[in-house]
Amino acid sequence: MAEIVRVYIDGKECLAQNGEYLLQAARENGIYIPTLCHYEGVKPKGSCRICTCKVNGRLMTACTTPIAEGMVVENNTAEINEMRKAIIELFFVEGNHFCPTCEKSGDCELQALAYKYQITAPRYPFLFPTKRVVAEYSRIIIDHNRCVLCKRCVRAIKDAEGRSFFAYRRRGQHIEVILDKRMSEQMDYEKALEAEKVCPVGAIMARRIAFTTPVGHRKYDKKPIGSDVEKIK
Amino acid sequence: MAEKKIIATTSLAGCFGCHMSLLDIDERMLDLIEVVEFNKSPINDIKKFTRKCDIGLIEGGCCNSENVHVLKLFRESCKILVAVGECAIMGGLPAMRNGIPLKECIDEAYLNGITVHANVNKTVPNDPELPVLLDKVYPCSAVVKIDYSIPGCPPHADLLWATLYALVTGKETEIPYEVFKYD
Ligand code: SF4
Ligand code: SF4
Ligand code: FES
Repeated sequence: MAEIVRVYIDGKECLAQNGEYLLQAARENGIYIPTLCHYEGVKPKGSCRICTCKVNGRLMTACTTPIAEGMVVENNTAEINEMRKAIIELFFVEGNHFCPTCEKSGDCELQALAYKYQITAPRYPFLFPTKRVVAEYSRIIIDHNRCVLCKRCVRAIKDAEGRSFFAYRRRGQHIEVILDKRMSEQMDYEKALEAEKVCPVGAIMARRIAFTTPVGHRKYDKKPIGSDVEKIK
Repeated sequence: MAEKKIIATTSLAGCFGCHMSLLDIDERMLDLIEVVEFNKSPINDIKKFTRKCDIGLIEGGCCNSENVHVLKLFRESCKILVAVGECAIMGGLPAMRNGIPLKECIDEAYLNGITVHANVNKTVPNDPELPVLLDKVYPCSAVVKIDYSIPGCPPHADLLWATLYALVTGKETEIPYEVFKYD
């Protein structure tokens, strides 16, 4: 049987299995740590840094940090939340997020995080980068204006043999997601919907369907992101 | 009774939706009128500032030289300047042209667009009286200092009400989750 260890998150004593990731341990104890690049059931990547906590005084990403006995974690503090807000604001100015026109609005994790922290406007200047909307695939459209480069699509959307449908190309600020040409021919409607769901923002959209849920009934219209976690006590 | 706060409002590169949303505070308008007085605003059609104002509400971003001029005038004339709505905050829908060269936008609108039928002489408006279009649509904060922002497209009437109430009374206010939106 796995060893049970004790960690302290914002002063609250939490019990969890040794070696579990801090994010998971917190969730099991009804504590929400915000995430963006993390996707349940897929190996964590630790790229967006939203889940950063102070672990024994050092900044660590909760989705990639295994817990250990006696860890002292700061999560929901003014200092950490301010840093998380800054990261969210950077995402907004680095892309082109026209929420009023976006198919994902109301169901978008980036937007939901901004709502959670009630970010009225980013503190940084908008960059308005020139990005492409790629409509050359038969099942999906990729809008690079909204991509947050979380790599969830690359990591999670695979065929029966474990081959990824998506990949990154180029580097640095020119990096972008592409759908493999040959794999795109294999992509059916269900796979397209799965890809749309895996994408935290509105960068991957399945064709032939959009704006199906009325305003007021979308995922984050009434309840903040993380309220499902905070409910388990 | 305390002196009334003076409010001015304007619509730059916006659609007047934010002003419409302000009217959606419905009967609370009567409470508002008790504590504020409107100066330059399309609501009362006062065209020129007649005094220094306490609060300026800006709808829309800057897409042309006139928008920039009016916005600077508001900054000079108002103690507190509030960006109201997505267009004022980040350019909004007009800023969707920012990825397209200006000439291409104009050609599409006046010459090549599939709905362009009447422009037989193939002219593009160029009267010197017309404001000059900017290369991009800019958020208000790129032109002047903005003190507060009220998001939404348009902002929820309850959010406008709560913010205005807080600004007028100077009391901090809780914003309910479900009225704070970007769409
Ligand atoms: S992806 Fe999310 S944040 Fe970006 S425009 Fe769409 S709803 Fe807004
Ligand atoms: S397309 Fe979506 S899932 Fe893929 S990297 Fe971009 S934001 Fe992440
Ligand atoms: S969720 Fe942990 S780094 Fe993105």
